[in-house]
Amino acid sequence: MQGLTTHNLACIRGERAVFASLDLAVKPGRALLLSGANGSGKSSLLRVLAGLLPAAEGRIAWEGEDIAGDPDAHRARTAYVGHADPLKPSLTASENLAFWGRLYGLEPQTEAALHQFSIAGLADVPTRYLSAGQKRRVNLARLAVGQNSKAGPMLWLLDEPATGLDPGAVSMLANTILAHLSNEGVAIVSTHGGRLDELLDGKADHFSISARGS
Amino acid sequence: MIGFVLILRRELRLAWRGGTDAIIAVVFFVLAAVLFPFGVGTDPGMLPRIGGGIIWVVALLAAMLSLERMFAGDYEDGSLDLLYLSPVALGTLALAKATAHWLTTGVLLLVAAPVLALLYNLPGEAIGALAASMLLGTPVLSLVGGIGAALTLGARRGGVLLALLILPLYIPVLIFGAGAIDGAVAGRPIGPQLMVLGGFLLAALALAPWATAAALRQAIE
Repeated sequence: MQGLTTHNLACIRGERAVFASLDLAVKPGRALLLSGANGSGKSSLLRVLAGLLPAAEGRIAWEGEDIAGDPDAHRARTAYVGHADPLKPSLTASENLAFWGRLYGLEPQTEAALHQFSIAGLADVPTRYLSAGQKRRVNLARLAVGQNSKAGPMLWLLDEPATGLDPGAVSMLANTILAHLSNEGVAIVSTHGGRLDELLDGKADHFSISARGS
Repeated sequence: MIGFVLILRRELRLAWRGGTDAIIAVVFFVLAAVLFPFGVGTDPGMLPRIGGGIIWVVALLAAMLSLERMFAGDYEDGSLDLLYLSPVALGTLALAKATAHWLTTGVLLLVAAPVLALLYNLPGEAIGALAASMLLGTPVLSLVGGIGAALTLGARRGGVLLALLILPLYIPVLIFGAGAIDGAVAGRPIGPQLMVLGGFLLAALALAPWATAAALRQAIE
């Protein structure tokens, strides 16, 4: 089994088990859509997979190799989109994007990336003046920056990426994810159903955390 | 190294665009130091004796004002997660943040301090000692302050907690900084005090980023 696999994964937050004995397998070119009620542990799972939270138990492997063996390599292959948009209000959209691109050693072709989410016209606007949906688009454009670079991240961990997006932007996001999948990438996306699930349907597997309980 | 430069440049740009935020510390520094003579009287013999100590105490408090925001913005908007996931080590991030804090706070205090020294009628040698001790001491304030800023991330009333944590750690800098000025006023050599301050700076450079990184890791988890 290649791609991303987890074995017997468990996460404990504040002495409470969020999830336990989780076995996942996502092949290259496939997306995994995580569903589950609020508080069922979708975000925690994505943070554990990104390496932001330690796993209480179990292991995570990429291409069959435990990620604990080389955390730097795991970080280099991971793109993480969390709940918040990590944008500085006084910097412009393209400055924000260029900073993250350069910091990750990617080629920050910000204009192309912003164009992919139809906000190229806002490149020189400080993000303070953007709406919530526009900020989300700028945040998601980080994925496009990675995609357009050589050796961009292969594992995308997206925590409810469609929050605040209009239907048009959801299709742009879906197209970006589909392009990533056709490039043999892996995407794990938490959702509450909706349009993104439909658009990714042919390439995605579903997994419900709450069904497992703990 | 590239990461250090990128983060430092971003911080300076944010400080520059932030406008008035950056100068609040130095305005507080000048105002608070100017208030003291109104309270203690303007006996020309007394002001030079207490001036060095007052300027240093007020500098400590001014440096603390902007500490709380060192990591708070990045913590709240999720930037800290991405900084952690980036190829840049957390220690490098801590060093870049402390450097930016020093450049936007410590350097301004350094520039304003000689003016305040004139206000307190400090003799010429004491002004030199003040400038030298602040040049060595203010980077320590930023470096050690970074530990407190990282430890109090996510805490309620983080600002108060930060003061309680960090002010005791500032005491050695205060003792030797004010000591150097007192020494200069009394005509004693100030080399030993400056060397101790230099030692503090080297120790803080080596240890503080590492401790800050450990505290940041805690905050992320």
